[in-house]
Amino acid sequence: MTNDSTPTDLLDRLAAPTDLTGLHRLLELRAAQEGLLDVAYRTLDTPVGPLLLAATPSGLVRVAYEREGFDAVLADLATRIGSRVLLAPQQLDPAAHQLEEYFAGSRSRFELPLDHSLSSGFRGRVHAYLPQIAYGRTESYGEVAAHLGNPRAVRAVGTACATNPLPVVVPCHRVLRSDGSLGGYLGGTAAKTALLELEHAA
Amino acid sequence: MPRRDYPVMSMQQPFEHTVTEHGPTVARVVRAVLGPGPDADDAWSETFLAALRAWPDLPEDTNVQAWLVRVAHRKAIDVTRGAARRAVPTDTLPERRATTGLPGSGEPDLWAAVAALPERQRLSLAYHYLGGLRHTETAELIGGTPAAVRRAAADGLRTLRQTLAPEGASR
Repeated sequence: MTNDSTPTDLLDRLAAPTDLTGLHRLLELRAAQEGLLDVAYRTLDTPVGPLLLAATPSGLVRVAYEREGFDAVLADLATRIGSRVLLAPQQLDPAAHQLEEYFAGSRSRFELPLDHSLSSGFRGRVHAYLPQIAYGRTESYGEVAAHLGNPRAVRAVGTACATNPLPVVVPCHRVLRSDGSLGGYLGGTAAKTALLELEHAA
Repeated sequence: MPRRDYPVMSMQQPFEHTVTEHGPTVARVVRAVLGPGPDADDAWSETFLAALRAWPDLPEDTNVQAWLVRVAHRKAIDVTRGAARRAVPTDTLPERRATTGLPGSGEPDLWAAVAALPERQRLSLAYHYLGGLRHTETAELIGGTPAAVRRAAADGLRTLRQTLAPEGASR
């Protein structure tokens, strides 16, 4: 500290960066208690890279891979759901915990309230169907289409998988091409392979 | 707020950006007004909770920082009134609170000097130099003329400089 204080120095010192972690945590808790949040979010480090987890008061609404751009995903959530989007990790503790168990190989299904408001129409039907594909099993895009009573909707199933708002939790990684090849994945093919290997190994 | 009569549009950016961008400014302002400590922390939280409540209805052209600083002013008053109701009788001035060890309360001498300023000087300085309000906006908040507010802010800054840079300092 110096006594050599011009007004600018003084103002710089008053404006010195401060750690707001504790204040932010209090805001998260009170905002959630008072029902003021549209979306709470956090990130989680996993074997397939950092994931963004976001929840509304109704349940988990979005899981995103880093390659989707977390800022872009949050901006999209603010537009589509509501702009009161706050970093509030505690609100996502159950989801984070279950994902950690999944990646550790000790959980084969998720028991979380899900908010499906980002899925609609045929895509929504695909997303609702996907959890019926058991852990460690796979189906082709065509089989999923057939299960939904629309066997020609193979491309639409592919599009639905590519726009799954809840990857990993809603297991679009269990859908492959009919020739057994991997097909695309919104988290990248390496992530898709890693998830399938994890499930086959368990 | 005069803009309340305008047609309102939702603020579409994630609120977290607002906390990141303006949280430090609001923290400085409430710490200058109330002294670093639990009361300032309360005022900070109440300011951002109020912002969350109002957020969907704030007009797009709102100057968010100025809006937050005005809310922080009202919340600081609320906290002070609450503290006065809770207070046990004491001769110690409320702004002379202990700061040791609390996060963000480095430079206890500096904050003590701010706390020792007369209230109008402290508020004029905090809202203009730390909160970025124009002197006319501060005058609307705390009364008095913009010229008087400008003088109070300048006087406060001079007092701080004298307190913290005693005789023999190089400037």
